Amino acid sequence: MKKHIPAGLGWAGGGARRLCFRRNGSKKQKAERSTINGKPESQSGRSLIAIGGPILALLAALALPLAAQDFVFNNGTEPQSLDPALITGIPESRISYALFEGLTVNDAQTGLPVPGLASSWTVSRDLRTYTFTLRDTTWSDGTPLTAQDVVDAWLRVLNPKTASQYAYLLGDNIAGADAFLKGQGPADHVQIHAPDRHTFVVTFVGPLPYALAMLAHNAFMVTPTFAVNRFGPGEWTKPAHFIGNGPYVLKTWRPQDQIVVVKNPRYWDAANIKLHTITYLTIEDQNVAFDKYRAGEIDYVPDDSIPVGRIDEIRLRKDYHHQPSSSIYYYTFNVTRKPFDDVRVRKALSMAVNREELVRQVLKAGDVATAGFVPPMGGFATTRGNGFDPDQARRLLAQAGYPGGRGFPKITFTYNTSARHKLVCEWVQQQWQSILGIDMDLHNLEWNTFLDTKQKTHDFQIARAGWVADYLDPSNYLDMFKSRAGNNDGLYSNKRYDALLGRAATMPAGPARNQVLEQAEDILVTQDQAVIPFFFYVTRFILDDRKWGGICLNTIDIHQPRWWYPK
Amino acid sequence: MLRFMIRRALSLIPTIFLIITFSFIIIRVAPGGPFASEKQLPPEILAHVQKRYHLDESVPRQYVRYLGDFVRGDLGPSFRYKDFSVNELIGYALPPSMLIGALALLLSVVVGIGAGVISALRQNSWIDYGAMSLAVIGISVPLFVIGPVLKLGLALDHHWLPTSGWLGGRSGWLVLVMPVLTLALPYMAGIARLTRASVLEVLRADYIRTARAKGLTETVVVLRHVLKGALLPVVSYLGPAFAGIITGTVVVETIFAIPGMGRLSIQAAINRDYTLIMGDVIVFSVILVVMNFVVDLCYGFLDPRISYS
Repeated sequence: MKKHIPAGLGWAGGGARRLCFRRNGSKKQKAERSTINGKPESQSGRSLIAIGGPILALLAALALPLAAQDFVFNNGTEPQSLDPALITGIPESRISYALFEGLTVNDAQTGLPVPGLASSWTVSRDLRTYTFTLRDTTWSDGTPLTAQDVVDAWLRVLNPKTASQYAYLLGDNIAGADAFLKGQGPADHVQIHAPDRHTFVVTFVGPLPYALAMLAHNAFMVTPTFAVNRFGPGEWTKPAHFIGNGPYVLKTWRPQDQIVVVKNPRYWDAANIKLHTITYLTIEDQNVAFDKYRAGEIDYVPDDSIPVGRIDEIRLRKDYHHQPSSSIYYYTFNVTRKPFDDVRVRKALSMAVNREELVRQVLKAGDVATAGFVPPMGGFATTRGNGFDPDQARRLLAQAGYPGGRGFPKITFTYNTSARHKLVCEWVQQQWQSILGIDMDLHNLEWNTFLDTKQKTHDFQIARAGWVADYLDPSNYLDMFKSRAGNNDGLYSNKRYDALLGRAATMPAGPARNQVLEQAEDILVTQDQAVIPFFFYVTRFILDDRKWGGICLNTIDIHQPRWWYPK
Repeated sequence: MLRFMIRRALSLIPTIFLIITFSFIIIRVAPGGPFASEKQLPPEILAHVQKRYHLDESVPRQYVRYLGDFVRGDLGPSFRYKDFSVNELIGYALPPSMLIGALALLLSVVVGIGAGVISALRQNSWIDYGAMSLAVIGISVPLFVIGPVLKLGLALDHHWLPTSGWLGGRSGWLVLVMPVLTLALPYMAGIARLTRASVLEVLRADYIRTARAKGLTETVVVLRHVLKGALLPVVSYLGPAFAGIITGTVVVETIFAIPGMGRLSIQAAINRDYTLIMGDVIVFSVILVVMNFVVDLCYGFLDPRISYS
């Protein structure tokens, strides 16, 4: 891997600031000054309309001073919200890491939890109670940040009135939280306490091996409840009222255009924050974003902004970085429907795809072929699954009563519209046709319709699916296939599988627990073939690492702005 | 005249009402909802989310509630963008669309009418052939080709202009150049062809012969008589064109990353953002109806035979 120096570690000696010249710098500064000429034009635009307020914001946000400490990148779609309690998507979380900080944060290189707002912690003997020591710090407005703020913030996420979509993460894991979340118990039964200003105590439902990793998730971030109450939801996140505790504070927010954050001088580690501003652009179209990078207008193209169709050109670039990540691309069966209620059919289909060929010759992005489901992590070994074996596939299909594909009903594959998914399923269609003699229709749906079909009505035979970990733990992948679990789209059910996962939930992290989880994974894919895994995605981005540091490839694909710095 | 205006203004009300009703029904018939997500919500939280946006009520009640808020000028909260109301979002998205649209239209009217008139007066000259060939290209090449080709030449091969973005970024007002050009080209071409055809027709009319017979100079004939008569079809083209151009063009906004109405509407539809879709539809239709009304008024000015009584 390339050399990356996280800002927190020995930054002072970095000596890299000498190289702070940006390409096209002088040219852009010229363009910058001429922005003044743009003023009258936008003012005349104002007279055209009745709703004129925002144009003022537009004028106020005229050119930012250009310095090598200003980082600009494309964040993709417009964020749903800047309130970490309400957000669900990746673009939103990327902003939340700049504006807020939880007890732990993800390390730049490993993605593993390291101290954030909490400087240290102790764990009780039964591994259920964590006692955190908080740093002596303040909110961005100067108000002292206390342990009670953490309690209040978490209770706000749990409060059913907040309607947080990630509240279940707290509800499922913190003792007493589930009842409060469901409106069946009082807030003071939730096992989170602030015995003094700097001490925060939480008791979990079990010895969660992933507790510290989970605490870095945006649902556990600390938000200023006093500001939420003062300005109200939807208002406290506007630049005029914004208060946070992250390395950056909100300066500008223009919907569909850009969000600008500036360095927070009151952040506890402000001395090590080397960027002045970060601009998050809102460009949905990946080609537009990539062109912007090519023209030198932005500094970084994250994974979700890379145009798939141009991968042949992109993968040759020196500034293209990639590494396998902990997310899985797979197809899910509705196991209650014929002919997929027969495990032999499911296995035959899995054995009739040459995944190596798919990732090497079709996708070409460096994804890692797998017939197992859970990416290797922390001592957990992925099962081998039922890999490419065309002869065995044909035999299994014959045993199931369809020799050479004869008599096999016409099947339909459902996927959400996307260039990549189309590429994969057309290839799979051709493989199954040539190896097994099976015909398959491809049916693409727009995203919302697709979700409806897959989750609510379960009205599909085979569907495309993917999973990105919320936190690094095998259970985060396997739990969704428990009988009647919310994300169990294929209606898979196996009592032994459920029992194994139930047992793993009460075990401390370690080889014994990994073994139980490995057994569960083996049942899911090798024995029952409830899904067909294809590959682990690569995490990738385009960044000139001679100019910028602190953005590293890590398996969880979380890149917190706290670590970013100019070289 | 005043009575005509009042009557037309009043006729807006049932039109808007019908549009609201139809869109309200169509949106709710579409599969998927605003809170669908890959990671499914626990039912108790979904219930609270739905309650917050009144989705737990019956559809007729939601409809009545929406109409009530609409009359008070409130288009409701956006379902998707939780920190903004629909009014705020449209307030942000309309000015960029209008600015680009107005500049593009201005450019296309000036160049288009100019080219049309000159081509007609110099019929069958090389100017005529040249201008009309360009116009055919302008009409037939789609925006999604013109835009990227301009971008390739002006922003990627040579770094003369920024590839995309909006005012307030690193590049200042230069961001306006390519989107305005791209958007203006087809309209410019359309207007040029219309103007040319129309001027040629008017030039053969009796009243032009009369004007010349009176001994008026050619300039006065063209500017006062020919142009006034010839602009009628151009004006009826401009009404809907103006409404279309200032309410945002998805293609141009996407190619040049402009934070305008077109992108906002597409995202709203994809996200099933019920209130935002409704808001967009209402804004579009009000502008369209108003522009048609303005066109009707212009007819009276340009053609003395039309009266509003």
